[in-house]
Amino acid sequence: MLNLRETWFISLSALAVAFVLVGIFFASTGNSAMEVFYSLYRGAFGSWFSWQNTLVRAAPLMLTALCTVIPARVGLIVIGGEGAMVVGGLCAALVGLALAPTSPMIVIAGMALAGALSAGLWIAAVGALKYFRNVNETISSLLLNYIAIAILNFLVVGVLKDPATLNNPSTHAIGEINMIGNMGSSTVHWGLAYGFLVCVGLWILCRHSVFGFAADVVGGNLRAARLAGLPVAKTLLWCCFLGGAAAGLAGMLEIAAIHGRANNSLNAGYGYAGILVAFLARQNPLAVIPYAVLLGGIQASGGLLQRVHELPDAAVYVIQGIIFMVILSSELFYGKFKWLQGKLDQGKT
Amino acid sequence: METHDFNFWSVLIAVLGGAIRVGTPFIFVSLGECLTEKSGRINLGLEGNLIMGAMLGYAISYISGSPWLGVLAAAASGCCLGLLHALLCQHKRVNDIAVGIAMMLFASGLAFFYGKPFIQPSAPRLPSIGFGDWSDSPVIRAALEINALFFFGAALAPLLAWFLLRTRWGNAVRVVGESSDAALAMGISINSVRLLSTMAGGALAGVGGSYLSLYYPGSWSEGLSSGQGLMAVALVIFARWNPIYCLYASLLFGAAAAVGPALQSVGIHWGYYLFNAAPYILTLAIMILTSDRRGTLGGMPGEFNK
Repeated sequence: MLNLRETWFISLSALAVAFVLVGIFFASTGNSAMEVFYSLYRGAFGSWFSWQNTLVRAAPLMLTALCTVIPARVGLIVIGGEGAMVVGGLCAALVGLALAPTSPMIVIAGMALAGALSAGLWIAAVGALKYFRNVNETISSLLLNYIAIAILNFLVVGVLKDPATLNNPSTHAIGEINMIGNMGSSTVHWGLAYGFLVCVGLWILCRHSVFGFAADVVGGNLRAARLAGLPVAKTLLWCCFLGGAAAGLAGMLEIAAIHGRANNSLNAGYGYAGILVAFLARQNPLAVIPYAVLLGGIQASGGLLQRVHELPDAAVYVIQGIIFMVILSSELFYGKFKWLQGKLDQGKT
Repeated sequence: METHDFNFWSVLIAVLGGAIRVGTPFIFVSLGECLTEKSGRINLGLEGNLIMGAMLGYAISYISGSPWLGVLAAAASGCCLGLLHALLCQHKRVNDIAVGIAMMLFASGLAFFYGKPFIQPSAPRLPSIGFGDWSDSPVIRAALEINALFFFGAALAPLLAWFLLRTRWGNAVRVVGESSDAALAMGISINSVRLLSTMAGGALAGVGGSYLSLYYPGSWSEGLSSGQGLMAVALVIFARWNPIYCLYASLLFGAAAAVGPALQSVGIHWGYYLFNAAPYILTLAIMILTSDRRGTLGGMPGEFNK
């Protein structure tokens, strides 16, 4: 399981295969694949400007990916990151508005707490439904996405609407002074650091704590976990809560660092792209970081693909879909190559 | 207050009409999912089939001038996507739920990519039959405009039930879904049965998609489908894997989805977004009520318990 060499080799080969397929796809649309790849690179990592663009997108992706990664430790496939992000962002904005007259420190802390707590409970509900009623977590978390977006729309066109926002109904602004600033002279906000820290923190929790071990046992063999007397329900609910809380923090950051108010731009698809990041990272919180940057880069280059090659914005979705499918198929090859196995795994099937 | 009474009836009629109009795509997707799940596999990617079917159906209808050709093309595209799903899932280690999510992303991305040029032009629509022409009331006339595909779907439900219960092939599907060991012992090729079931199910979902773009709401746009393909999965659970119940459940979902627009048409704008979420809330409520802690539901294919 801890075979890093195999994981890296197969993941990178799968990415290479995926990019060959993407190249074939673009070639079939009459573009030169190499030129499209060059634009992809330029738009994602080609300059400091595009790097900043990429990193701004990577921050929420890291956090929404965790919404799939952490519940996956106990064997649940949760795809409710989008809804959790919306709920977290909405609650963070409400608390931010309520605390706005106090000091910025309190506003930010209150918003982060509200975002994480609300979204954590939102996904914990998914876990509770799974545990107590055996409701399929994938479907219930997906339905909750739609419900969360409906609640957001209902509130921002209704009671919470700032009358000044006509075209794009939004809540009142939390105020410039209460916003999270950028790191140094860059245009990358501090949310990236939040995302990084949460990923590392949850990795330590998963890998080096009793809780993480219990979660792995519950995910690996539920009956064994029960026989060993592990607190199955508690572990499962906490994993869902932590995953949801991470996505909620992503929503809070979008409000506190970029938009300044809650509106429809909260459901911009980060939740769904986060699922892809989670599977790319093979549900490892630490591996989420580089893959979130990669996916952030692909999304950041979407604009350039449109301008230079006149490709529709959906080109980014196609790339993501192809990568996703190839990565899933690559599961087949784990354990197939003897020379990739570490000494630990020798002799096992 | 007098006008309120009148509103109530027109809302009710609009909701009942909406049950058929909005519910028709649900019928196709849920029957497709039902067939696939009967063979012991979950295809969460039907949302992608739906969107792809909607785009291709519209595009072919626009290019050829025949909406029925569009429906055929949508079915074919759904069939291909089903094939891809089945091929990827053939291997034990590849998770069918995850592949479903990936297929959803891939197929909708592809549909948006190739669908861009077809957002503006208007393609010929599927014809409908006006059963309400005897009435003077525009509300009733609108409610009784029923599309031919609805009858096709309504006939398909008992047909599928008969197929599963009474035919050799249908029994093969059920055996594979109940116990792959038994299927193996009987010499049934599990992979081919699942492959064909997923392809046929995918084709039905594609037809459901073509209904979206070719009849109601009636044009191709990127926001056309709002999770109908995913709700179908929940719907099949609610319907206990029974095609006839799938038909009823689809109509119920159609009615739930029609509440928001019906209220808006009589001037009630409050809570429009909340009423639009009614199908999702209904699905969730149904799943909570009908699930069981032990995880065995009547009618559930046995393979899901493994």
